[in-house]
Amino acid sequence: MYQQMAKIRAFEEQVNELYKSAKMPGLAHLYSGEEAVAVGVCEALQKTDYITSTHRGHGHCLAKGASVDRMFAELLGKEAGYCKGKGGSMHIADPDSGNLGANAIVGGSAGIATGAAFSAKMRKSNQVAVCFFGEGALGQGLLYEVMNMASLWKLPVIYVCENNLYNEYTHHSETTAGELVARAQAFGIHTEIVDGQDVHGVYAATQQLVERARRGEGPAFLQCNTYRYYGHHVGDINRAYYRPKDEEEEWKAKRDPLTKLAERLIAGKLTDQKILDRIQAEVQIEIESGVAFALNAPFPDVHEVDEDVYA
Amino acid sequence: MPEREITFAEAIREALAEEMRRDSRVFIVGEDVAEAGTPFKVLSGLVEEFGKDRVIDTPISEPGFTGIGVGAAMTGVRPVVDIMFGDFLTLTMDQIVNQAAKVHYMSGGKMKVPIVFRTTLGATRRSAAQHSQSLHAWVSHVPGLKVAIPSTPYDAKGLLKTAIRDDNPVVFFEDKLSYKLKGNVPAEEYTIPFGVADIKRKGDDITLVATSSMVQVALAAAELLNGVGISAEVIDPRTTFPLDKSALIESAKKTSRAIVIDEGYERYGVTAEIASVIADGAF
Repeated sequence: MYQQMAKIRAFEEQVNELYKSAKMPGLAHLYSGEEAVAVGVCEALQKTDYITSTHRGHGHCLAKGASVDRMFAELLGKEAGYCKGKGGSMHIADPDSGNLGANAIVGGSAGIATGAAFSAKMRKSNQVAVCFFGEGALGQGLLYEVMNMASLWKLPVIYVCENNLYNEYTHHSETTAGELVARAQAFGIHTEIVDGQDVHGVYAATQQLVERARRGEGPAFLQCNTYRYYGHHVGDINRAYYRPKDEEEEWKAKRDPLTKLAERLIAGKLTDQKILDRIQAEVQIEIESGVAFALNAPFPDVHEVDEDVYA
Repeated sequence: MPEREITFAEAIREALAEEMRRDSRVFIVGEDVAEAGTPFKVLSGLVEEFGKDRVIDTPISEPGFTGIGVGAAMTGVRPVVDIMFGDFLTLTMDQIVNQAAKVHYMSGGKMKVPIVFRTTLGATRRSAAQHSQSLHAWVSHVPGLKVAIPSTPYDAKGLLKTAIRDDNPVVFFEDKLSYKLKGNVPAEEYTIPFGVADIKRKGDDITLVATSSMVQVALAAAELLNGVGISAEVIDPRTTFPLDKSALIESAKKTSRAIVIDEGYERYGVTAEIASVIADGAF
């Protein structure tokens, strides 16, 4: 899990560099700071289980099993990307690892995840579906419609709310009345709240919810309290007007998920700093070779632009 | 083979029943589709044959059950989503336009969304402003969607079977008044390919391109014209996407005149599109 989290962190740092050096088309929404959520949740899933992801989706994609090189290729619009470069950062999908895709409509994949759970139940496949979304998606009506049906029909879906405190550029306290989990509880959905910076806590909670879902006990809602280190997207640099700098520094200094995991592993004598350093070095090599692969990969042929509109 | 006459609604029901018998992945989901069989009674009897696991009543949540249909279609089953009135398409547009229509493209062709959205059009039941629109132009505009708009029981059955077997999202429009229209439908299996127009009446002097509910109107007009010595050809595109451009152009070339008749809003609509296709290709 440490290796996965380190990989996501390094991947996002590299994406930021690609943006700053104008090598990447468009924007990206970085997952740095939230790594323990994706990794903790996906660690509790099988490869055949489904996830749906968000505009801030690189972490989910990597944690579910995608490889760094083809992800970078997708972000750069290259033929070798997971979606032949047609998805990009906000639509990256890897159905082979169960990732049904990131979604650029906030809350837009709530239907897809619930539908995947519906299909799994209908096909008696014993798969579960995880719907990742930020607390900003709690403003979308679709989520409440599908949670209602998921509860009525006891669908094997887990709604994972990544509460990073900010709906884009607005603190969630300005947009969200009441308790977040109360919204799921209103539908009779089982809820849990965990520290999203503690990967073990996220993993343990998810594992229980996955088992519940596989037993046919229905959906769950997991609130993970976390923090987004960067702005809403890579271009959101001057953000003091909505988020104080010392708040950012405090989360990084005291609640960093990688630091917390490292401390825990070392304290429990499960590893030592040397091993962690080696993991970091290996991750860095993987990232560097992945980005080199993507930068050197060819763009799709021009005729590709009209292909894949219809199956 | 003796001819068999059934209604448009019966043709729809037969198409669904036959496809559900043929393929266990096909199911129906929507409001009041099970015991109620929809307010139009189009689906009556299906829940008795296929059970509540395959004819599924939902809450009044069009975006929600449409989205669930999309996710289900992406993961190995084949939903037929019932959107009771075409006006309610407006509630589902994110799921149809941003999700269903784009998933195949955004995934570089890896994922498919084999789903049918059945809905209605037509102003003719005096149901006022929010239950009377014909919004087929909206979805015909969107790449990734196919749009069927049958006018007869025969076309309705054959096109719906094709829609269910298609691996793309299809929006299927049924005119509310047509449900009681009777027509010949063979008892044996058939399908009708998309993108093939049908000449409903042959003629030489003028082409009347008509869709859905307007086909009967155009046929009646052709009969009147016949009385005054004008021979009108009535041609029905049957699908607005894919559109059988060559058949429309050929007919207009033959008669050298064309009128387009469609129940949707005129501006930026189906009539404008078809008129431009004919103007480009025939004149």
